[in-house]
Amino acid sequence: MRPVWIVLGATSPLARAFAIEAGRAGAALLLVARDAERLAPVAADAAIRTGAEVDTLVADFAEPAGLAALATTCWDRAGALGDGPVCLFAAAGTMPDQAQIDAQPELVRRVFAVNAVSLAELLQRLAPRFEAQRGGRIVVVGSVAAERGRPSNYVYGASKAALQTYLQGLRGRLFPAGVGLTTVVPGFLDTAMTYGLPGTFLVAAPETAARRIWRAAARGREVVYVPWFWRWIMLVIRLIPEPLFKRLKL
Amino acid sequence: MADLPLDAQRRLRSATAVRGGWGRYPRATMSAWRPESPEDAAALLLRADGPLLPVGGLRSYGDQALLTGGGAIRMLRLNRFLALDTATPAVECEAGVTFGELLEVLAPHGLSVPVSPGTRFVTLGGAIANDVHGKNHDRFGAVGAHLDWIDLLLVSGEVRRLTPSGTPELFAATLGGCGLTGLILRARLRLQRTSQAVEVRYSRHDNLEALMAALVEARNAASYSVAWLDAVAAGARLGRGVLETAEPAADTDGPRASDRWLALPFDLPGGLLNRWTVGAFNALYYRRIPVGGRTRRLPLARFLYPLDAIGGWNRLYGRAGFHQFQCVLPEATAPTGLARILERVTASGRASFLAVLKTLGAEGAGHLSFPRPGFTLALDIPRRPGSLELLAALERLTLEHEGRVYLAKDSALSAESVPVMYPRLPAFRRVLAEVDPEARLQSDMARRLGLRGGG
Ligand SMILES: Cc1cc2nc3c(=O)[nH]c(=O)nc-3n(C[C@H](O)[C@H](O)[C@H](O)COP(=O)(O)OP(=O)(O)OC[C@H]3O[C@@H](n4cnc5c(N)ncnc54)[C@H](O)[C@@H]3O)c2cc1C
Repeated sequence: MRPVWIVLGATSPLARAFAIEAGRAGAALLLVARDAERLAPVAADAAIRTGAEVDTLVADFAEPAGLAALATTCWDRAGALGDGPVCLFAAAGTMPDQAQIDAQPELVRRVFAVNAVSLAELLQRLAPRFEAQRGGRIVVVGSVAAERGRPSNYVYGASKAALQTYLQGLRGRLFPAGVGLTTVVPGFLDTAMTYGLPGTFLVAAPETAARRIWRAAARGREVVYVPWFWRWIMLVIRLIPEPLFKRLKL
Repeated sequence: MADLPLDAQRRLRSATAVRGGWGRYPRATMSAWRPESPEDAAALLLRADGPLLPVGGLRSYGDQALLTGGGAIRMLRLNRFLALDTATPAVECEAGVTFGELLEVLAPHGLSVPVSPGTRFVTLGGAIANDVHGKNHDRFGAVGAHLDWIDLLLVSGEVRRLTPSGTPELFAATLGGCGLTGLILRARLRLQRTSQAVEVRYSRHDNLEALMAALVEARNAASYSVAWLDAVAAGARLGRGVLETAEPAADTDGPRASDRWLALPFDLPGGLLNRWTVGAFNALYYRRIPVGGRTRRLPLARFLYPLDAIGGWNRLYGRAGFHQFQCVLPEATAPTGLARILERVTASGRASFLAVLKTLGAEGAGHLSFPRPGFTLALDIPRRPGSLELLAALERLTLEHEGRVYLAKDSALSAESVPVMYPRLPAFRRVLAEVDPEARLQSDMARRLGLRGGG
């Protein structure tokens, strides 16, 4: 049986690396992204590197009107690619600078729309299909920023917190149907989002992160931190009492 | 989604650092961008101020991939395979794909690259920018002989597809062009159907004359040939060395290359490599091969990239770094020229690890291509007081014997020698004046050697 992975946001370095992991493991791939010009080379690359069957879908995921149709199209196209369970990987994320959001408060709406609302609605539409399939796996990328609101990044963090809370509930809902859900909590990944950004440290290569995520998902893990030590960093950060935390310039 | 437009600034943010080439000398303070798509690379060219330089795996030794006060455009993230045609066979990929990735992807199809440099971390873009050669130059020529086309992003933002016949001047300037004509985005490389294992034959030869004779014999008979020469041995043993020749193994399913490579995570103290330790190592390397020679079967990647077995081996030379000197001398002058160069090196007492001696075949197609028929010698020279004088002497000897120095390795050549060693330099300069009149693309090497001309 050949599983099929739907990869949302496939042109991001982490999603691209994850797709290659899945392809190497023998899955077929449906790569979904907004920009056709950027998607084509990523799809060709995944097919050549892994020998996997690869299909693509160009869709703007932030467009609320299209989500019902997108859910249907994704599911049907994925179903046509393999005879195994359909699985989903989603690397959602827009991360404008907090300063930019301060200058343009309407960006708050957009950050939530992209990072939390659209993805939650799409998952909500796919959930019955996953339940009916009675199997498969969902892997969604959240953020360490979700775990504590910091002045430097709190709008982004809050949108990811909404997403992660949503995922906790969805995990419980899908569990009886045998559908696993892994929340990925990345620290700094070595991508354009962090490249040259002051204050980043111990950045992980997307390929390394993707391998870890792939293994964690295969083992049925609920939450995976990448790199692993972020679990402990975040444990400490969560333990700092609020009266102290508000004074820290983080 | 992560591909939603992040703000342009974020996508084009740069990191500033002190960098060095593979020889870790010289160093430069420069910023670096790392675009993740050709569109971002184009935006960068149009928007960034100051001089720029595309860089790949940073496996050139000297200052070719450095630009003091400017910005490097790191091409490593543009590393997508775009098409694999197993019938022709040929591959189309972005310029940041490395030879390691190429070998890995091609192996399951029984394919490989026709020409490869000596480390798998070189990118396709970097290989084109130096028109690199392998251990099979006599038969296969340099990498430029296997390109159907190159997609070049000019500083104007225009992308041009270069072919040897359609755009001969720009193609010849870009091949071996040291990154100065534009950003190589993509290329189509013709491939070779080959076994993934080789039968390697080792034989030892106890002086330069014998080693050169063995190489000449091998260049016509063997698929691959390379000699490792003991650059410490002097007198009657001057130029003694081990010749390696290799043929593709008959059955293709040879031993698989292990992906466990060692890494040297720290600098060795500079004094550790001296004439005695290196001399002992070289002697050991030589004596390891029995007088009658021996054969061994190796995975192709192990044979092509012996130095990659120890990652970060450049740190063996300590913090001061090292120079590499590589020259090619024509057949006629090589016997005396190489002997004089080796005499000068051994006399200096400046220990070089194993030096590499190879034969080269046809002249390269690029205006600044290094290969020309003859013998090429490459050696490491640890950077210590007096090493620049030694390099100057080697440069003079190379000129006297009508040879040329390889720019990919160089950190010490003088500007006056370049037009003599590279007679097609004026043609190269004409192309640069046309495609980049404002000299947006620069490098410390181009400045040092006046590659652009006109002051
Ligand atoms: C251990 C070792 C063994 C080697 N063996 C050989 C050998 O056998 N034969 C041989 O010929 N060479 C050999 N080399 C040299 C090496 O192949 C060249 O220096 C090569 O150019 C390095 O490629 P890179 O990707 O590391 O590029 P860099 O070192 O980063 O850059 C080298 C040049 O290429 C340009 N460049 C890089 N990418 C692009 C691009 N996309 N578009 C335009 N210009 C670009 C840069 O501007 C610069 O001028 C060896 C080097 C090492 C360290």
